[in-house]
Amino acid sequence: MSLRIEPADRPHAIRLLVMWVILSIIGIIAVLQIHYPPYDQTIQGEDQSKTLALLTAMATPVFIGVVMMVIYSAIYFRRATAELVDGPPMLGNTPVQVAWIGISAIAVLFLAFVGVTTLASDNVAKLVNAPGRSINTGGQTGSATAAEQGKELQVQVVAQQWYFTYRYADYGGVETTHLYLPLDRPVELHVTSLDIIHSFWAYEIGVKADANPGVDNVFHVTPQKTGSFTVRCAELCGLWHGQMSDTEGKVVSQSDFDTWIAQQQQDYAVIQKAVPSYAPFYFPEPTVKGS
Amino acid sequence: MVVPNALSDRNLSFPTGLITGIVLAIPGYFIGVWTGNLFGLFDDQNTGVILGYAFAVIGFLVGLGFLNYPLARLLGWPVTAVPQTVEERTWGRYFSLSLDHKVIGMQYLVTILIMLLFGAIGAMLIRTSLLVPDASITPPGQYIMLIGLHSVMMIFITSAVILGPFGNYLVPLMIGARRMAFPRLEALSFWVVPPAAVILAAAVFWGGFPTGWTGYPPLSEQAGQGMDSYIVGFVLIAIALVTSGINMLATIIAMRAPGMTWTRLPMFVWGIFATAILGLLAAPVLATALVQLAMDRTTNTTFFVAANGGSNYLWENLFWFFGHPEVYIFILPAFGIIMELVPHFARKPLWGYRTGVVGLFGVTLLSWFVWQHHLFMSGIAPVLRPFYMLSTELISIPTGIIFLVTLGTMWRARIWFSVPMLFCMGFLFNFLIGGISGVYLSDVPTDVTLHGSYFSMAHFHYTIVGGEIFAMMAACYYWLPKMTGKMLSPLIGRIHFWWMFIAFNSTFFPLFLLGILDMPRRVSVYAANLQFLNDWVTVSAYLLFGSMLLFAGNLVYSLFFVPGIAVANPWHARSLEWQVPTPVPAGNFDRVPLIVGGPYDYGLPNAKPVADFGGLVGATGGS
Repeated sequence: MSLRIEPADRPHAIRLLVMWVILSIIGIIAVLQIHYPPYDQTIQGEDQSKTLALLTAMATPVFIGVVMMVIYSAIYFRRATAELVDGPPMLGNTPVQVAWIGISAIAVLFLAFVGVTTLASDNVAKLVNAPGRSINTGGQTGSATAAEQGKELQVQVVAQQWYFTYRYADYGGVETTHLYLPLDRPVELHVTSLDIIHSFWAYEIGVKADANPGVDNVFHVTPQKTGSFTVRCAELCGLWHGQMSDTEGKVVSQSDFDTWIAQQQQDYAVIQKAVPSYAPFYFPEPTVKGS
Repeated sequence: MVVPNALSDRNLSFPTGLITGIVLAIPGYFIGVWTGNLFGLFDDQNTGVILGYAFAVIGFLVGLGFLNYPLARLLGWPVTAVPQTVEERTWGRYFSLSLDHKVIGMQYLVTILIMLLFGAIGAMLIRTSLLVPDASITPPGQYIMLIGLHSVMMIFITSAVILGPFGNYLVPLMIGARRMAFPRLEALSFWVVPPAAVILAAAVFWGGFPTGWTGYPPLSEQAGQGMDSYIVGFVLIAIALVTSGINMLATIIAMRAPGMTWTRLPMFVWGIFATAILGLLAAPVLATALVQLAMDRTTNTTFFVAANGGSNYLWENLFWFFGHPEVYIFILPAFGIIMELVPHFARKPLWGYRTGVVGLFGVTLLSWFVWQHHLFMSGIAPVLRPFYMLSTELISIPTGIIFLVTLGTMWRARIWFSVPMLFCMGFLFNFLIGGISGVYLSDVPTDVTLHGSYFSMAHFHYTIVGGEIFAMMAACYYWLPKMTGKMLSPLIGRIHFWWMFIAFNSTFFPLFLLGILDMPRRVSVYAANLQFLNDWVTVSAYLLFGSMLLFAGNLVYSLFFVPGIAVANPWHARSLEWQVPTPVPAGNFDRVPLIVGGPYDYGLPNAKPVADFGGLVGATGGS
């Protein structure tokens, strides 16, 4: 079969092609005007916003094309007569099918390529080399070293039913009830759980990571704008799952952060003995049912 | 159903049927509870409850008569391996263990529609609760129970909503067989579904279960006895999927009429064939994981307990290894329906038959390689993410083929805009949005924001409700004239379509926005600024429910208020199932038809009629 367009197909094909090109250009320009969450409070969030915009821009011509075909068929290929008539018997067109599959394959491979490069870039946080769920790495156990500029700030997110607390390994494992992050400093989040699976979702800073008991789940983020953010739980965790949120997360300047963490350390000194020492993860007692 | 043999009066002395089944199920439950408590484990009676459900189901199946045949074989009594096809048109056959695939199809349809009503009421209660941003309408405990019941009930329904009623009823008719390959397995695949629904509903008495349909441990190990309903109910659905899967495969491979070559097989049968492969291979994985979960909950094994050496990732992997093929168990029969119906109403041959089949099997194959995209944020080894991102995005290629074949079939056609065709067009629109939103979730950077939010909830409702349920509605309007002998009113059907289409999109499209605007799934409270959108969704959901009631009204109206029997072939379709009389005779075909043409050969010069019904005698399909 050759890529010859039958005369009867030509007016439909040309009309559809012209409409599709025009509508797609308008559509792409329109969807690119939108500012996509999670906006630009962190480098990672900005990457996600850009990817969201790219995906929407790529989806627009696909959506417009198929919907246009459906509507066009409904208008122009509708049966006009009262009695049933058979349409022209077309059994298929190999070049068209090959072209459709080829174009969709190219689009998909392009998307996957963009996704992988975004992942692999330092911007989305060295995911490939991250310690991940490995239980022997990650987490600076008990270290109380002072913050060195340039080194990633180590913050542990501890989830439990039904709130998050945070421990700053670089500050003696101090435990806080809100998450404060210093501006322009790369942060390594270590997300873990005391009981069941939660998911740490800090919307505006573009972080989501499941909190698993006995697992140190690592996520990287670099704030680039000050402001507040919301923390929620994004994995069903029982009765008060919906209430497991905190609107007082903040990205603050380094000096504000130093003031804040000093205050936190002061408060923490009182309860320090009751809190287990900093570790990659924790197993509260009892661990066996009925014991 | 064992038909007494005239030569022997030896037979079971007690009657079997639905009432006997229920009568045996009740003591079965209490014997199970008592047995379970004998072990004296520190398990909050979970062993008792699980065994109680299991014994009740066994009692129910025995009472129905599932033991009659094997027992008679064991004792050497004369039995009929395949029951004779007796003309029997009583209401009673719908309430007993019937081995007729048409009766089983109708039993399935009615059961599923009743379950759908309860699932939908659950959805209405959830939406009502979300009218206000705080939990003042429904307390969190009840809200989470509703989430669990709605989700699992809907999963039970959608696993079977096309495969069960339409698969069982139509596959033998469409391939020219007189019955399914294993009629008793077929009956079993249906009769475990009502107990599964009842056991699931029984979770209400234990306060429900808090996990939603994913049942993630350790939350599911922390949960009360309601969780046992989830375990036993899901195992029963897994049994239904395996039995119907092997039955469909055997039937389609071995029972096709002479001349029904693979390239003449209707697309709906291809869709069921692909679904059967998935059901057969995926459901055992679920059953295994559920047994592990039950053991964790009862006998203190620690498969999923990290503190004692287990891992909740084991569950997440097993569950989604089942769970992702499961969503294609929902949608592949729907693809089959769309590609089946469009040629009949476009009055054109299917455009690219072989390509369409390749598309179906491409989805089937790829569905095994994508499950970890549910775990992108869970802390899996990060090097795995690019692979699962690529494999997930690759699925859009075979899915795109389904769209290509359908759109190509409509090209320069003479489309008859009947109600089933409207639902097919609605499917194309809805599933397009569902499919595109899936790409957003498959891409790791965007999944960071969208995972576990209302966006993913909107995505799978677009594919399942907008896809599978729309296809199911098309199938109802298309095939019910053959199955019930009554045409559904086309006028009400048109109103139903537009009402449902608009209400559906108005319900679920705003959920994409809610997800992008930071609303997690399964929460009973949300940010106050999202109240307007949520209220909009709730009102639309009520309207969507109203459209379903209109459908129910149409069904009841056609069944009880329309006189006479529908004509045998109201759509003037070529395919085999429309060539048999309405109501379909007990043995489907007087003689096994000889298939001489394809089902979609519209407008082809010299196209032969689809089959020669004076054909061979006893060539296949039993006596």
